[in-house]
Amino acid sequence: MKEKLVLIGNGMAGVRTLEELFKHSDGDSKGSDIYDVTVIGAEPHPNYNRIMLSPVLASEKTIDDIILNSLDWYKENNVELVTGDAVSEINRVKQCVITESGKQIDYDRLLIATGSNPFIIPVPGAEKEGVIGFRDIHDVHTMLDAAQKYKKAVVIGGGLLGLEAANGLMKQGMDVTVVHLLDALMERQLDKTASEMLKLSLEQKGLSFMMQAQTAEIVGDKRVSAVKFADGSEVDADLVVMAVGIRPSIELAQKAGIYCERGVVVNDTMQTYDPKIYAVGECVQHRKECYGLVAPLFEQAKVAANHLAKIGSIRYQGSMISTKLKVTGIDLFSAGEFNEVDGDETLVMQDASCGIYKKLVIRDNKLKGAVLFGDTMDGTWYFQLMRDATSIADFRRTIMFGQHDVGDAGHGDVSRVMALPDSAEICGCNGVCKGDIVNAITKKGLFTLAEVQAHTKASSSCGSCTGLVEAILASTVGDGYDATPNKKAICACTEHSHDDVIDAIKKHELKSMQAVREFLEWKTPDGCATCRPALNYYLLARWPEEYQDDAQSRFINERAHGNIQKDGTYSVVPRMFGGLVKPDELRAIADVCDKYDVPEMKVTGGQRIDLFGVQKQDLPSMWKDLSAAGFVSGHAYGKAMRTVKTCAGKTWCRFGTQDSTGLGVKLEQLTWGSWMPHKFKLAVSGCPRNCAEATIKDFGVVAVESGYELLIGGNGGIKVRVTDLLTKVETEEQVLEYCAAFCQMYREEAHYLERTAPWVERVGLSSIRDRLLNNEIERSELVERFKLSQQYAQVDPWKARAEGKSSYEFTQLKIAG
Amino acid sequence: MSNWIEVVSLKDIPKLGSRVIDVNQMKIAVFRTSDDRVFAIKNACPHKGGPLSEGIVHGTSVTCPLHNWKIDLASGEAISPDHGCTNVFPVKIENGQVFIELLVA
Repeated sequence: MKEKLVLIGNGMAGVRTLEELFKHSDGDSKGSDIYDVTVIGAEPHPNYNRIMLSPVLASEKTIDDIILNSLDWYKENNVELVTGDAVSEINRVKQCVITESGKQIDYDRLLIATGSNPFIIPVPGAEKEGVIGFRDIHDVHTMLDAAQKYKKAVVIGGGLLGLEAANGLMKQGMDVTVVHLLDALMERQLDKTASEMLKLSLEQKGLSFMMQAQTAEIVGDKRVSAVKFADGSEVDADLVVMAVGIRPSIELAQKAGIYCERGVVVNDTMQTYDPKIYAVGECVQHRKECYGLVAPLFEQAKVAANHLAKIGSIRYQGSMISTKLKVTGIDLFSAGEFNEVDGDETLVMQDASCGIYKKLVIRDNKLKGAVLFGDTMDGTWYFQLMRDATSIADFRRTIMFGQHDVGDAGHGDVSRVMALPDSAEICGCNGVCKGDIVNAITKKGLFTLAEVQAHTKASSSCGSCTGLVEAILASTVGDGYDATPNKKAICACTEHSHDDVIDAIKKHELKSMQAVREFLEWKTPDGCATCRPALNYYLLARWPEEYQDDAQSRFINERAHGNIQKDGTYSVVPRMFGGLVKPDELRAIADVCDKYDVPEMKVTGGQRIDLFGVQKQDLPSMWKDLSAAGFVSGHAYGKAMRTVKTCAGKTWCRFGTQDSTGLGVKLEQLTWGSWMPHKFKLAVSGCPRNCAEATIKDFGVVAVESGYELLIGGNGGIKVRVTDLLTKVETEEQVLEYCAAFCQMYREEAHYLERTAPWVERVGLSSIRDRLLNNEIERSELVERFKLSQQYAQVDPWKARAEGKSSYEFTQLKIAG
Repeated sequence: MSNWIEVVSLKDIPKLGSRVIDVNQMKIAVFRTSDDRVFAIKNACPHKGGPLSEGIVHGTSVTCPLHNWKIDLASGEAISPDHGCTNVFPVKIENGQVFIELLVA
């Protein structure tokens, strides 16, 4: 017999909690496997996307576009839905709720998500016809109706909601005056300068403003005809929208004796003072805060569901919030403490004729707040830096110019995302246009980057457009944007992050995938295609002597030791240490190509030879021939050390200062075969002309007369990143030592599938430098651990398979059917 | 009319792995789950024909190696939000041998 869960309030926070709850259910069963769920909503609609009401008012969307859960969703998940019937009483003794129509519904667990009500200023005449709040579909209908019949509208309140309402009414053809009590618009989100710029832009669009105006009375007979102010002046009005704030809707809870202050008070598990009753959303007060934006509600929903599902493993610890204004054509972003206090530093960039203003507030080398006007492209990045409390010391000089992750792959200088036409291609890999993304977000009710990736495929391949997609997401859903949490789970199989897994494997000496999954309470027995390769790597990196590599947890390239191509054939790249090759070796490669009908050969960017179009079943015998000629695997297919690219060096080059090819060979002999979190490339240039392009490698060496400059964290791929200087050394031995130490630190600490470039940015160059340069003991321990792991890694996988290892992988079964 | 064909021993399919059977030029992938259930589906992802046999198996799904579509092994259908379907073949295990049923024209 299932328990009974009753949800009061058919809105975004409550229904999102149900969705999260259903995710915890076993296997294929729809809905919840521990509760019979009833939802009671006062509005006659299924759950819709309240933050999209502004676009509906502006005729950019229809009501149908913003429905989040259709009636079918409730049916499919066995949820009993009661609409248009409000709950009038909670009886905690009998554990039931009673509705206005007299229904009595019993509960074992109750979830209160009654949301909030608009605050109506208590002035004479506030009850007159034509005076409304801006809160639900009904209000939107009232406004759209009024726009048909009347001309003059007054919006009281120059905050986020008020301005969106004013913009919508203006689009419907009304003359709109915004009345604001204070002297600056959106004073809770903007500083003075940004506020002035916003006012100017809105005036240019056609809105009028009355600042520092205190409403005294609503004038009119039955219907409003004017608004009168404290100074005696009046302005004509056929419609008055009050958008001065919201009040958590707590009457029901209060009446039932549940402890409330401004909102229903909950603890970190979203439980009220009655342990059988939980609450989420705008009606809630948590650690003294009430939230009126959507992103915090989703975090709360996740926690409440976790506890309702009786897992009880996560806590809600409050939210940091960011704001975007959803007025088409105006890019505006704000987050954190954007008004500096004593001791804070500010970075400001202002270009009046381009309409751009950016202000960053910094305290103790951490970003505390940001206001962006005109160019909000980097808002999501700044927000991430604030939430993660990242030290910005290493990139403080460039932080104002953004993350530079957009534009590097051909997106150009896109700063005004919302100004792009719908036909603008955003994701070049999958050919997804801006219009496709916006449509999917609104029609399917998407809130996170992961959801947009799943539904549109945008930013799901190379990821270079992730910043653009996030910006579109943030602009489209406004404050509902659910930023990537700072502690991101590896995949849907677990709540744990990469760091949690790395720490647990080390601390609790977990030595098998099964042990990791059991210890960290994985939700799936086998894991998935995302977490299995990660766990396999972490175990291999931590326990090189003991851990048995699991072939079935490796991506096919690493299982078959070749690169799978789109037609299912493979490519083969023999290792050529330092890019050097001898005539006999070239002959052997040519012979192999003849023997196995290799359709195409190509010289790679890493100075190797790639043989394309090899049938899988031919691989072992081909490797046998290559092995006989002295070749080992080039690991061009793996998350592994790839190649050391070299220039001619001082043996031949008249500019060469050191033996770059010789050093390249030594580096490759040291590092080949090593499995890494992601691919890892090296290069050695013999002089600062840098022909081997060492400044865009994971580990680069530029030789100079007096020694070697060691460079780390470069990338020539999706996001071009120039290396940082680690240090300068004098001897080849030192180059090899620092290289091994750097490799091992990256192997042990980076997240699986994180290249050195983002890793260096995440942990900070100064901390890597400090540990590698100033701590000799740590450095030599890293080198020791790298060498130990290389003893097990430098076994040529090609030779082993040529001799029969894993033969089942390469043989097909033929059956005459 | 249909007939059951013996294709491989269960022990010759790695756990959470697959083998490819070539039947009259059609490739069928035979998968083994962690709890020793066996499924046979046409070795072509409904998306772009990727070789599903080379994917990572988890639960009763396989993730295509080319573009990460997830395919349900029992029904051959792509898992939402992707759409598409590939052929599935009935399978039985007798005395440790795997049989698949092919329709004979």
